[in-house]
Amino acid sequence: MATSTKTREFLNETGGIARFTGQLFSVTSKPPYEVREFLSQCYSIGYRSFSLIGLTGFIMGLVLTMQLRPSLVYYGVESKLPMMVGIAIVREIGPVITALIFAGKIGSSIGAELGSMKVTEQIDAMEVSGTNPYKYLVATRVLAATLMLPILTVLSDAIGLFGAYIGVNIKAVTSFRLFFTQIFQNLQYGDLTPAFIKTFLFGFAVGMVGCYKGYNSNKGTRGVGSSANSAVVLSSVIIFIIDLLVVQVTDLLGLN
Amino acid sequence: MAMETTTYPSAVTETQAEQALIEISHVFKSFGDNKVLKDFSITLGKEENLVVLGKSGSGKSVLIKCIIGLLKPDKGTVKVFGDDVAQMDHQQLDRLRARVGFLFQSNALYDSMTVRENLEFSLRRHWLEVTEAEVEDMVKEALENVGLAYTAQMMPAELSGGMAKRIALARTMILKPEIILYDEPTSGLDPVTAREIDELIVKLQRKYHTSSIIISHDMKCVKKTADRVALLLNGQCYITGSYDELESAEDNNIKQFFE
Repeated sequence: MATSTKTREFLNETGGIARFTGQLFSVTSKPPYEVREFLSQCYSIGYRSFSLIGLTGFIMGLVLTMQLRPSLVYYGVESKLPMMVGIAIVREIGPVITALIFAGKIGSSIGAELGSMKVTEQIDAMEVSGTNPYKYLVATRVLAATLMLPILTVLSDAIGLFGAYIGVNIKAVTSFRLFFTQIFQNLQYGDLTPAFIKTFLFGFAVGMVGCYKGYNSNKGTRGVGSSANSAVVLSSVIIFIIDLLVVQVTDLLGLN
Repeated sequence: MAMETTTYPSAVTETQAEQALIEISHVFKSFGDNKVLKDFSITLGKEENLVVLGKSGSGKSVLIKCIIGLLKPDKGTVKVFGDDVAQMDHQQLDRLRARVGFLFQSNALYDSMTVRENLEFSLRRHWLEVTEAEVEDMVKEALENVGLAYTAQMMPAELSGGMAKRIALARTMILKPEIILYDEPTSGLDPVTAREIDELIVKLQRKYHTSSIIISHDMKCVKKTADRVALLLNGQCYITGSYDELESAEDNNIKQFFE
């Protein structure tokens, strides 16, 4: 009994998200376009997340280098440290960690903001004011998140690699030029493509789940908290699922 | 069991009734098993203030959300200016909403925008060809109407409950709608501020010759603003009449609101 209820809830939720996502394509293709709100969201989502993502990227690079060094020293391949760190950050750790931080900051913020607007009737007020709230609130946020996460990931990767350079130099001396030459000599096209593709999908998922949870919020202020929380949890899970699928698909296509 | 709607000879004249701006006929609306409106019918005449009275949760807000197209009735028709709201497409609804203002119970001010931006939002949406100078004049007039011209740059969070209600009213009035729907305009306000809002509703109605449906269970608000009162009971229009007529009624269902 409980299992069938949970299955029904899961299917309802999946159907709800699919319908909600489908609306995006029909709504964004028709004018008027909410360019001003889109740019405002790009600033809000992108610029305001940069310091947090930059900091976590730096720590990620530094710690990863310090953790990898003992194993590489043990096997006598310490010189491969820049290459290993570079590939790990660019291919996997950078995009996924950035997306998870992004989900925590932006997914929860969108979920809470739209949830609060929903329970205080601001979304209804917007509709009464002759505005399509889906287009104004949802489409702009989803598109901004989709566009900003790849940019933030590139920046986070760059800062992460700089953190790795600092990490390498804690116990040895390596020049800046040698370190980055080693990294870029070993990075292939196939390392960049899947990583870049998935950042768009991560951004889209975080924006869409945050908006879906917020837009369908109810039960007052408790519902707002619940929307923010479930936006982070669900988008984090979806990030890992997308990661898995993209790796499989790009592997099948020979892009890896 | 269906109830018969009783109608006292009301303050609405025959001419007003003929010029019905809103006609609600046999409307049903349910949420799951909860049947909120069950064969509800009423009309709103030109320049009439109709107060819909009812207990909390009786479906008053649902009723006015059906009028503005935020909710669709399960059955029955809601005609505004002669057109069925449920049959309207998005553009027709937008045009309708420029002519029908809605004051939300929670004010619904956009909390990320200043007071000025809140007022400008509707203007820029409905009238895309409005000039900057016209926007400026209309915002100024709307704020002066509610006596809060100095709040233009304030954020909604900085306003008191009464001020927020006035700003919400200014935002509703800025497009000079022909009909205004008020959802419990005095709820959550202290008695003094509530009476100020009542005065403002009447003042603005006289100034702009609007017609209104006011949802309320604040009897002082009802007395001050109503040309006609309709009692929503068990999902139906139980009775309509003037405030005085209903106040003197012997029926316990009516008396409980006036005691």
